[in-house]
Amino acid sequence: MELADAYAAMAGDLPAVVSMMVVAFMGLVMLGVEAFRNDHPSIPWMGAAGLAVAAGWELSQLGAPQGTAFFDTVRTGGYAAFVNLIVLLSALATILLSTPYLNDLKRAYGEVYALIMYATVGMLLLGTANDMISIFVGLETMSVCLYILTGLVREDEGAVESALKYFLLGAFSTGFFLYGIALMYGATGTMVLPEMAEATLGTTSAQLMFWGGLGLFLVGFFFKVSAVPFHMWTPDVYQGSPTPLTGFMSTASKAAAFAALILVLYHAVPSGPASLVLAVVAVVTMVGGNVMALAQSNVKRLLAYSSIAHAGYVLVGLSAGTAAGYSGALFYLLVYAVMNIGAFGVMALLEWDGKQGREQTLDSLAGIGSRRPVLGVAMAVFMFSLIGFPPFGGFIGKWAVFAPAIDAGMTWLAIVGVLMSAVSAYYYLRVVYVFWMQSAADVEAASTFSDSALPRATSGAVGTLVVCALALLVLGVFAGGVLETTAAFFDVSAMAAAP
Amino acid sequence: MDIPFLTSLVIFLPAVGALLTLALRDVSSIRWAALGTTTLTFLLSIGLFLGYDPSVSTAQAPQLVDMSSAWFPDAFDIKYFVGIDGLSLLLVMLTTLLGPIVVLSSWTYIEEKQKGYYALLLLLQTGVTGVFTSFDLFLFYIFFELTLIPMYFIIGVWGGKDRIYAAVKFVIYTLVGSLLMLVAILFLGYEAGAAVNNGVFTTDWYTLLEYNVPLATQGWLFALFAFSFAIKVPLFPLHTWLPDAHVQAPTGGSVILAGVLLKMGTYGLLRFCLPFFPNAAQNAALVIGILAVIGIVYGALIARVQEDAKSLVAYSSVSHLGFVVLGLFAFTTEAMQGAVIQMINHGLSTGALFLLVGMLYERRHTRLMDDYGGLASSVPVLTTLMVISVLASAGLPGLNGFVGEFMILLGSFKSTVLDSVLLVAFATSGVILAAMYLLYMVYRTFFGELTVEANAQMADVNGREFLLMAPLIVLMFVMGFYPAPFLRQTEPTTEFLLNRIEEKRAAALEAAETPRASGRVPVAPPEGAGEIRLDAEALSAQP
Repeated sequence: MELADAYAAMAGDLPAVVSMMVVAFMGLVMLGVEAFRNDHPSIPWMGAAGLAVAAGWELSQLGAPQGTAFFDTVRTGGYAAFVNLIVLLSALATILLSTPYLNDLKRAYGEVYALIMYATVGMLLLGTANDMISIFVGLETMSVCLYILTGLVREDEGAVESALKYFLLGAFSTGFFLYGIALMYGATGTMVLPEMAEATLGTTSAQLMFWGGLGLFLVGFFFKVSAVPFHMWTPDVYQGSPTPLTGFMSTASKAAAFAALILVLYHAVPSGPASLVLAVVAVVTMVGGNVMALAQSNVKRLLAYSSIAHAGYVLVGLSAGTAAGYSGALFYLLVYAVMNIGAFGVMALLEWDGKQGREQTLDSLAGIGSRRPVLGVAMAVFMFSLIGFPPFGGFIGKWAVFAPAIDAGMTWLAIVGVLMSAVSAYYYLRVVYVFWMQSAADVEAASTFSDSALPRATSGAVGTLVVCALALLVLGVFAGGVLETTAAFFDVSAMAAAP
Repeated sequence: MDIPFLTSLVIFLPAVGALLTLALRDVSSIRWAALGTTTLTFLLSIGLFLGYDPSVSTAQAPQLVDMSSAWFPDAFDIKYFVGIDGLSLLLVMLTTLLGPIVVLSSWTYIEEKQKGYYALLLLLQTGVTGVFTSFDLFLFYIFFELTLIPMYFIIGVWGGKDRIYAAVKFVIYTLVGSLLMLVAILFLGYEAGAAVNNGVFTTDWYTLLEYNVPLATQGWLFALFAFSFAIKVPLFPLHTWLPDAHVQAPTGGSVILAGVLLKMGTYGLLRFCLPFFPNAAQNAALVIGILAVIGIVYGALIARVQEDAKSLVAYSSVSHLGFVVLGLFAFTTEAMQGAVIQMINHGLSTGALFLLVGMLYERRHTRLMDDYGGLASSVPVLTTLMVISVLASAGLPGLNGFVGEFMILLGSFKSTVLDSVLLVAFATSGVILAAMYLLYMVYRTFFGELTVEANAQMADVNGREFLLMAPLIVLMFVMGFYPAPFLRQTEPTTEFLLNRIEEKRAAALEAAETPRASGRVPVAPPEGAGEIRLDAEALSAQP
């Protein structure tokens, strides 16, 4: 192809990456403003506006037919739009929740918001990737920004420890990841996902290279989504990071990584052997995450283990290996993003120890529900949804991943899943009863919260949490439309239309 | 009178009332709003009673149906499908009747955070009514779980000293059972969908009823369903959450818990377990019957040694619900109808007992029977109410408890499925034991020497308390002397169910005996075809 033609083709493909362009451009503008007006209060609002515009665009693309752009490197259409929507809305909620938090922490640097924007760009690319290079570029863009955000409070030893741990282990997993890609490329001779599935693996060594490569690739992914036994970093990093950013890390980055994993499994890997591996990892992840969460006294650590467990539930959907399983997993990611951002958001607004909640026990918040009723009700909604209680979205989410597993003949997997949900009820209910049913007199905490130490909640932040809670109710009661949307992405006829 | 969407209105009006109470500020208007909503709901439910025609068979559809199939994507046959049949009618009436009674009983009992209490109480009523009216298994499950959240808070926030332990135990016990049932529901939905619903996942009660579950899967599906409902009933030895929850819950919570929440378990057994898995249910009948009888005797003996009047009533629930389960698993018309009537009776009499114990507690802040004694001279009206309720609960002829227990025992004697006179003889001893522990309680609290000064000063029931007890007492007499109108409402449905159970049992046996070679086996071929088709779909999905 002539270079001139290539430019013309690329210009024609630009609508495929509108949201990426908007977010990246807004990030640049924010940095520009920052250069002249240090930490200007309008910077987060500019970011929020950019994300809202991008989200609006993706919303209009939900029904678009699937396709590829930029010479098969990114996907367009409904699936990409759905994943991008999750990422963009998570980022938007994160910015709204971060403003009061970072102001209290005296860390409301304009660069922080710009970094959130760039991490978002990485996630947008990751969730729409159609070849291995896009996946890798997206993953690294996202990760590098997150490493920096983790260590935001650089005088704080705990935060620095978290950031370093995240960075070192992240770099390590990237090694596995890249090596896996290299082996898969070696076996198939292509980086484009659908072409990988079509490649003939004639020789035994080619097959070994492909499946070995996929194994290493999965290790890298399991690290990013913190599946057991690659979860070791998660509790420490979540505990040490600024709380709203932990929420961002645990939702948007997980959603994007899982979206890319779904694309790889759906397009690049012949079904079969991967399913059992995923099922086994799902079981150890659900069991490990939930059982370890039982013993936690720090809320952020508890939520970290809970987020490990939820990665397990998503993996149940993936191990079903059917269209229904993948679309169920997508739905789960949406619901999970809403409830987890909310849970971390509430904790961000109830943090009184000045150490990003690192040393704040759950017991120290005894009876806070009646002092902060809106936050208390919202937290109860998030916890019940995380357990998987109807009428909240978490229930439909669990239903959407367990049902395909049963349909695919893996009833045992669903049984493990529901038993682990029952285990998880114990620690989620603990959060609820500490908030609502105990008072400072009932607990043996070294110190408890005082009203003056609690951060002031801005209407933007509280509003975000209320919207999250209401969204869970809507997703729980009127899930039909969303389920229909996600199922359409994996409709065989629609897929066939894609080039 | 023809009100559109009457069933849905009865279900969701309390939830609307809950939103209303949240919007109100002062305690008095919150209470009146709650009372108004529940009373209006009860009046509407009378419309259900009048609108229901027992002469119309349940075979095709329930009556007063509200249905919408636009709830889920086409790939799933999950509907909003509510209606009334002979099983649900009386239980819905009981629920709506207890609504205003519970609000009145909490009028002064709940002294803090009234707004949350009444809102949750109303939400709970929506959940319970929904359970009794759902004809879609998925919808049923949603309402079934929906009752847990309000009850968790009602026990945990307004309960006694060990309220949190009791509340968490209550939720986790129920949740383990119901989540396992969810797996069974999903499995059944796919299997039935493949066999009788063109491969579309279904949870419609009538569609599922058409599907004869193969013998091989009946066993474990029945086990998962029955386990879940047995926890809720509660059946011995899964009953340990019940005394904790009852003793810690505030009076209103206890009344709802004993009156209607436990019935969700027995109702679930009757509505889903028995007709869906008839072979497995009849095979397990003797084991479950034995557990039920152990529950009857054990509950009664433990009740006898309680010091706390409320936990005595709680253990009496274990005993009384043993009768209901025994009646269900006898598989005779008399016993099954007796079981349905006994559910209502237990709701009335145990509800009344909890209310009266709650009144004593509100006056003296103790429930230990030793702290009372000789109350008959200071509070004659309260004593009369208590004696009537106790006699009703103990099954005195002429009061409601007798009708249900008599029919259950009669039906169980005749039962060919249980086929054990010894078992029923043991169950009958439960009636005697009930008289023993209940009368012993009345003796210790209301008769004998009036020793404590505070008891002599105790105020008798006030107008509000009398008003809330009156409907219960009246119904005890009405159902005791003239149960025919109530039996007439339930009879066609129970007969229909028993017939279906027998047909399905025979069909499943036939399907199992006929070798696969015979082409008219309804189950096996479509199932196999469904699986092959799914595999092909998965393969072609790979580009």
